[in-house]
Amino acid sequence: MSEILDFVIVSMVLVAIGIYGLVVKRNAIRMLFSIEIIANAANLLLVAFSRGLPNAQGQVVALFSIAIAAAEVAVGLGLIIVAYRLYKEIDVAEFRSMRG
Amino acid sequence: MADPIFIAVAVLTVGTAIIALEARELIYGAISLAISMLGIAGFFLLLDAPFVAMFQIAVYVGAIAVLIIFAVMLVRTQALFTTKEDKKRKAAGIALMLIIMSSLGALFLASGLSGQFGQFNTSPPIDFTEIGELMLTYYAPALIILGLTLAGSVIAALALARRESITGQEEGEEEEAEQQRHERDS
Repeated sequence: MSEILDFVIVSMVLVAIGIYGLVVKRNAIRMLFSIEIIANAANLLLVAFSRGLPNAQGQVVALFSIAIAAAEVAVGLGLIIVAYRLYKEIDVAEFRSMRG
Repeated sequence: MADPIFIAVAVLTVGTAIIALEARELIYGAISLAISMLGIAGFFLLLDAPFVAMFQIAVYVGAIAVLIIFAVMLVRTQALFTTKEDKKRKAAGIALMLIIMSSLGALFLASGLSGQFGQFNTSPPIDFTEIGELMLTYYAPALIILGLTLAGSVIAALALARRESITGQEEGEEEEAEQQRHERDS
């Protein structure tokens, strides 16, 4: 049977993939994908350790985390659509009005 | 050692997560991300947390993935196909990913996670009535604040995405923005 370490390793791989996406991609929607992958990895860890302890609070926090991720995606996509309307572009390097 | 179902779900989740970032068309990436989230729900089922798994499917696959697909459809297709990536930047990203993976992996393998604590099948699974009880007693204030946060974010998303004005004024504004952009480009 699998143990907690396996889930931790899968979660770590997902976080690494998400960081790779955040570093390399310039498309705003793909950066949002990366953030979602990292949030999913965090949820997986919460539930895995909640099962290992065993303690129900980890699952409750995972539920809260999923709900907040939904709110975050709604606002993030709203921001992307506004930026697209302003610049006709979703490449983050082209959003130049706040470049330092 | 890990059982075959776990390995299958792990390969599905990680593979579709990579496809979500690397697919040429953004819409396929969005669908792939939805499949990756389904894989995470499969992990939750393997961890004896069916309630969280159903919540994950309902919120992530049912709501977030559909929302992303709609946003992708709203954005002009030409902007989606132009991928401007440095080869150097990509190599640096892959190197960073491998560094994070190897260092964290070494850390986890050296930690005591694989010992007594790691075997979770010895303890009975968590009943979901316990989750409901915790949500309505200890976490009740957090639940209320979460509801307010969700309402606020919906209002914020509506306020962000709405048109500036319903009258014909917006056309002129858009043209002006376009003109400014051309000036900056030249």
